[in-house]
Amino acid sequence: MANASKKELLYVRTEMVPQQPPPAGEVGIRKWIWENLLSSMSKFSTVGETISSILMMFLTLFVIWAIYMVVSILYHFALGDAIFTGTDGSFCRPVDNQGKIPLGQNIGACWPFITHRIGQFMNGFYPEAERWRVYLTYILAAALIIPAAMPDAPGKTINSILLFGVFPFVATVLLSGGHMDISASSYTFWAVVFGVLLAVLAVFQIVTKIEGLFMKGAKILAIAAIAIFAILFVLGFDFGLAYIETSKWGGLMLTLVIGLVGIVVSLPLGIILALARRSHMPAVRLVATIFIEVFRGVPLITVLFMSSVMLPLFFPEGVSFDKLIRALIVVALFSSAYMAEVVRGGLQAIPKGQYEGAQALGLSFWQTNNLITMPQALKMVIPGIVNTFIGLFKDTSLVSIIGLFDFLGILDSALQDTKWLAPTNQMTGYLFLAIVYWIFTFSMSRYSMYTENRLHTGHKR
Amino acid sequence: MADAAKKMEISDEIAIEISGMNKWYGDFHVLRDINLTVQRGERIVICGPSGSGKSTLIRCINRLEEHQKGKIVVDGIELTNDLKKIDEIRREVGMCFQHFNLFPHLTVLENCTLAPIWVRKTPKADAEAVAMKYLERVKIPEQADKYPGQLSGGQQQRVAIARSLCMEPKIMLFDEPTSALDPEMIKEVLEVMVDLAESGMTMLCVTHEMGFARKVANRVIFMDEGQIIEQNSPDQFFDNPKSDRTKLFLSQIIH
Repeated sequence: MANASKKELLYVRTEMVPQQPPPAGEVGIRKWIWENLLSSMSKFSTVGETISSILMMFLTLFVIWAIYMVVSILYHFALGDAIFTGTDGSFCRPVDNQGKIPLGQNIGACWPFITHRIGQFMNGFYPEAERWRVYLTYILAAALIIPAAMPDAPGKTINSILLFGVFPFVATVLLSGGHMDISASSYTFWAVVFGVLLAVLAVFQIVTKIEGLFMKGAKILAIAAIAIFAILFVLGFDFGLAYIETSKWGGLMLTLVIGLVGIVVSLPLGIILALARRSHMPAVRLVATIFIEVFRGVPLITVLFMSSVMLPLFFPEGVSFDKLIRALIVVALFSSAYMAEVVRGGLQAIPKGQYEGAQALGLSFWQTNNLITMPQALKMVIPGIVNTFIGLFKDTSLVSIIGLFDFLGILDSALQDTKWLAPTNQMTGYLFLAIVYWIFTFSMSRYSMYTENRLHTGHKR
Repeated sequence: MADAAKKMEISDEIAIEISGMNKWYGDFHVLRDINLTVQRGERIVICGPSGSGKSTLIRCINRLEEHQKGKIVVDGIELTNDLKKIDEIRREVGMCFQHFNLFPHLTVLENCTLAPIWVRKTPKADAEAVAMKYLERVKIPEQADKYPGQLSGGQQQRVAIARSLCMEPKIMLFDEPTSALDPEMIKEVLEVMVDLAESGMTMLCVTHEMGFARKVANRVIFMDEGQIIEQNSPDQFFDNPKSDRTKLFLSQIIH
């Protein structure tokens, strides 16, 4: 008896089973079709399953019908019944309204309304003869942004310096015409500032006696001084470009200017605010918290209104800020408050062990932040960052309420044109706007997915 | 073995001196009247029930935790609020954690070269050579270009040891280095630690690996309720415990 039970218990595998391919139904298109389309409506073994399968069939049919309806309505409006040529609104109006379309015919999108003024949609009231400057700026921007966005492109350092250090000023001069009124006193002002800084540095050197401090600091100051004076010079220099005031900027170009400036400013500012809000120094934390809560707690429209109506009250008469610059500042500050909270969320998710690991190795606070925690935090919140970017890009349309003609504002002004009155203009215009906005935001979204996958370094334990 | 024992000689030089140290977490008195002198080359195993303050004790040595009373002198430098001195000590004291605390966004090699490059200002090529030397010592040079997330727990802990060694520390602290590992992986980590002990490194290990304690430790410290209850040579400690609390603890961990 004891012997028998021993025999039953003993089992020794003599042959290992090699890995085998899965059964045919488990892979490829057949599996996909079965799992995603058919499996939910082919269970009939009980009453409950039968009912649910039948419901699923109806649901499937309904979804197919709904997709068909949406696609067909869009198709007929945008292509089938659309008008593609014409020189004024009459081409898109029915005969009973002094138009050319026979009665009874469906009227789709009025594309000539868009193509006729495409230049205005793109550039606002920027003079036609000078629009090459806008296009040149686009080309320069693309030439710098595309390699910056490609992880394997060479010359990252020089690329970044050109994109963030040089391009903004080149673009400013190109778009506005430069030749700004920079008086000799601004040169003197900066000369005095650098002189004072140099003196402070010298005193520091004498007091602290750190070797090479003065030379090192003087070098940095010299580079900063050269940069500032170069910027002042470039902004003030007469390149022979006609001056185009910012009130003439408009359309997609204005939207891109505000959107890009907002994006480029809000990320670093948001990072600083997030760090400040987590700081151990109460004063720093308080200032950051107040800033974030105030800007986040007030609608963008309100801030924009306040900037245009109330800000002048704080300055002496005669001093006026450019409308566009005000909008830029407001949009950048507003989105940096949101960005700060997104980044803070990422920092909260970094385990304490990461800080301890870095500290135990002797890394300083800034080294720990720049090399260990911030890269991981930013990687984690890429979806949130891009979310904020996309929100910011679309929110730029609100600047139309302070009288700037951004992409949306320019459509509203185009719709006032009596020569182009037609029943479908509004819908055509909004459809066009929606498509263009969507192309930009969807590209951002895809690029963020790509970056997420690229930075994914195995699973966390 | 005799050869190894020779290498494991203890010098008269003092590596760490803790006297009259006390620490509180809010109202809770975690460490009470700690007095401990560690000589260079000593291998000390600290054990005790959870919550007895053993991790907190070694975390005080590199100032991951702050003590409120008493004195800690590491490598001749007293730990105060002076950040410079804290940095100096952290450069000389390596630490391995229960959960490894590797940097998941950096490769194994980058994990190892980060501190030498940024803290010691070693040129990158030199730092990489040193890193490869220590990765070979922990027997995973072939994983240098992988990310921590792609390695097993045992491999990760060995990388963490190599990462600390790359700073060429004089003292190594181990905070339960094998507690988070699967049973099959404990041995590979312990082998690396034994190898390190035999090379003469001053080590303080919080661990419950009693085999390891018997093999390499020259002193075992038993802690409970934030106090050092008993310390002795491993043989005496395990075979002839003096205090009742130690006897109870030993009877509970040896099944």
